Amino acid sequence: MIETSLMPDENGYFGEYGGQIIPPELIQIMNDINDAYDEIRHTSAFQDELADLNKHYVGRPSPIYYAKKLSKQVGGARIFFKREDLNHTGAHKINHCLGEALLAKHMGKTKVLAETGAGQHGVALATACALMDLECEIHMGEIDIEKEHPNVTKMKILGCKLVPVTRGTKTLKDAVDSAFEEYLKDPVNYFYAIGSVVGPHPFPRMVRDFQSIVGKEARAQFLEEQGKLPDIVMACVGGGSNAIGLFTEFLPDESVEMIGVEPAGKGLDTPDNAATLTLGSKGALHGFKCYNLQDDNGEPLPVYSIASGLDYPGVGPQHCYLKDLGRVRYESVDDKACLDAFMTLSRTEGIIPALESAHAVAYAMDIAKDMSPDQTILINLSGRGDKDADFVAERLSL
Amino acid sequence: MSRIQSCFAELKESQRVALIPFITAGDSEPALTVPLMHALVESGADLIELGIPFSDPMADGPVIQKAAERALEHNVSLRDVLQMVAEFRQRDAATPVLLMGYLNPVEVMGYEAFSAEAGEAGVDGVLIVDLPPEEGGEILPLLYAHQIDPVFLIAPTSDRSRIQKICDASRGYVYYVSLKGITGAGHLDLDSVARRVSEIREISQLPIGVGFGIKDAATAAAMGKLADAVIVGSAIVNRIAEHQGDAEATIKAVSSFVGELRAGLDR
Repeated sequence: MIETSLMPDENGYFGEYGGQIIPPELIQIMNDINDAYDEIRHTSAFQDELADLNKHYVGRPSPIYYAKKLSKQVGGARIFFKREDLNHTGAHKINHCLGEALLAKHMGKTKVLAETGAGQHGVALATACALMDLECEIHMGEIDIEKEHPNVTKMKILGCKLVPVTRGTKTLKDAVDSAFEEYLKDPVNYFYAIGSVVGPHPFPRMVRDFQSIVGKEARAQFLEEQGKLPDIVMACVGGGSNAIGLFTEFLPDESVEMIGVEPAGKGLDTPDNAATLTLGSKGALHGFKCYNLQDDNGEPLPVYSIASGLDYPGVGPQHCYLKDLGRVRYESVDDKACLDAFMTLSRTEGIIPALESAHAVAYAMDIAKDMSPDQTILINLSGRGDKDADFVAERLSL
Repeated sequence: MSRIQSCFAELKESQRVALIPFITAGDSEPALTVPLMHALVESGADLIELGIPFSDPMADGPVIQKAAERALEHNVSLRDVLQMVAEFRQRDAATPVLLMGYLNPVEVMGYEAFSAEAGEAGVDGVLIVDLPPEEGGEILPLLYAHQIDPVFLIAPTSDRSRIQKICDASRGYVYYVSLKGITGAGHLDLDSVARRVSEIREISQLPIGVGFGIKDAATAAAMGKLADAVIVGSAIVNRIAEHQGDAEATIKAVSSFVGELRAGLDR
């Protein structure tokens, strides 16, 4: 049985991962955020407000859908989706953005800022900030801006300031650096609403808590509808927020196997991948200790994934710990399999998934065929693919 | 007594303020670093802060980021930086050298290996920007054991208990960041620096270096009246950037600027 109360410990460590690898001046600020979070999260005012928003604004609970046609086509295990793609703004990111924005507002912060990869976190945060009258600034790599222009447009409509990041890889990693740089100008009054279960303590814990509603709902729904727990729960992993969101509630269920699916990009034997837990080594980046894709000198590698939201050289500290404990298995899927799954799911079920989520779908399709029809796989369909539609159409010459 | 401690003791004796220039190792090319370090000393530096290039320098502004990028184009690694210090030591056994950088290269090299090899190379101090004292449980004893002084940053936002914690873990000197934000930014507020420096003095006996925002001899002189050391980074790195590709011109420009700063401090 896994001891979940130590995730994290009082210093923000999940085993040897996590912590606060930040300039000393930020320790007090992070601890203030931690204290404020602890102070409000149990209050009924905060819980009621978040619950009300989840129900009437986000549209929770998101349903579980049995993908009958897909399961039949693959042959083998039955495949289910937790439909986070149906949330307002189209992905699971809204779950933690509302929580973070409520907290920022409670703390009297004047500006909320963040990085975004695929733009899902950016759109969700800009949405929450519009709702709560908070100034919002999103940093996004130039390459991602080009690829994800529907989300860029949405952020502009929602009134947030979009800062294009032209340095380094021009993708998610450098967007984090850029947003952090802005944050350091006034950390007392700004709130860095990090976009995943990454960054210094308390963010991996706090974002996990806000996302864990996914697994709480899913476990109860699945039990009620199927009369048993799924055999496997599965999610894609970049930073790891949607995966942690689904996994957390199932951690004590020893019968449930958990699989995180990383982007193998153009192949694990090429430099163009972002399979951090599969190929990485221990390091410290962006404020916390985790597995990193890095060279022998400790320089983060210029990683790559077809899915901008997974294109990151680090990964959430709790995933690193769960990997070492052997509680979660981490596998990878390359661009081609991801695109195949994207198209297959679109055409069998009429569901266009985000490229990120399509990684999990691809891996499920791969293993389901060797399983029996009385076995079940529950996938977190973490986002919808509207943002990727043009990109995929061009890529596949549709 | 460490080289940094003796350096400050001597300066105090002669009532001088330390001039601490910062350069990034390997900027704009690896062969330039050691000659540049000697030139810094010849033009009046008392201690040298040598940056370890890193691709994600979260607390550095564009000027020092670019310096790291230039060095990384030549694949300058932490071990290369230690090699440069060892080479510098062949001709200069007196001037303290402090390495400044981010945790990951040190983490990947291993704390024990880093502390031992840095000590061996003649490194006197280490400032790891993203390592707060709270996270130093493992590495600090190793640094102390190898006679390497850990130096930490104190920010304008640090409260009294934080300053206390930082001073307790620091050896050699503490580094007061005179501006909020990243390196190379904004304008200085002398009065607030003066207030903060005297607050630090109430808490600690350690010499206080002030950096961030010192652009010329006049600001250096003004800061020198408040602190024990003046640290100049971006303004020097800018001159290295301006003359990249021409080693001789770089050394000349940097030496002349450091000479001006020295004159400003000694006035």
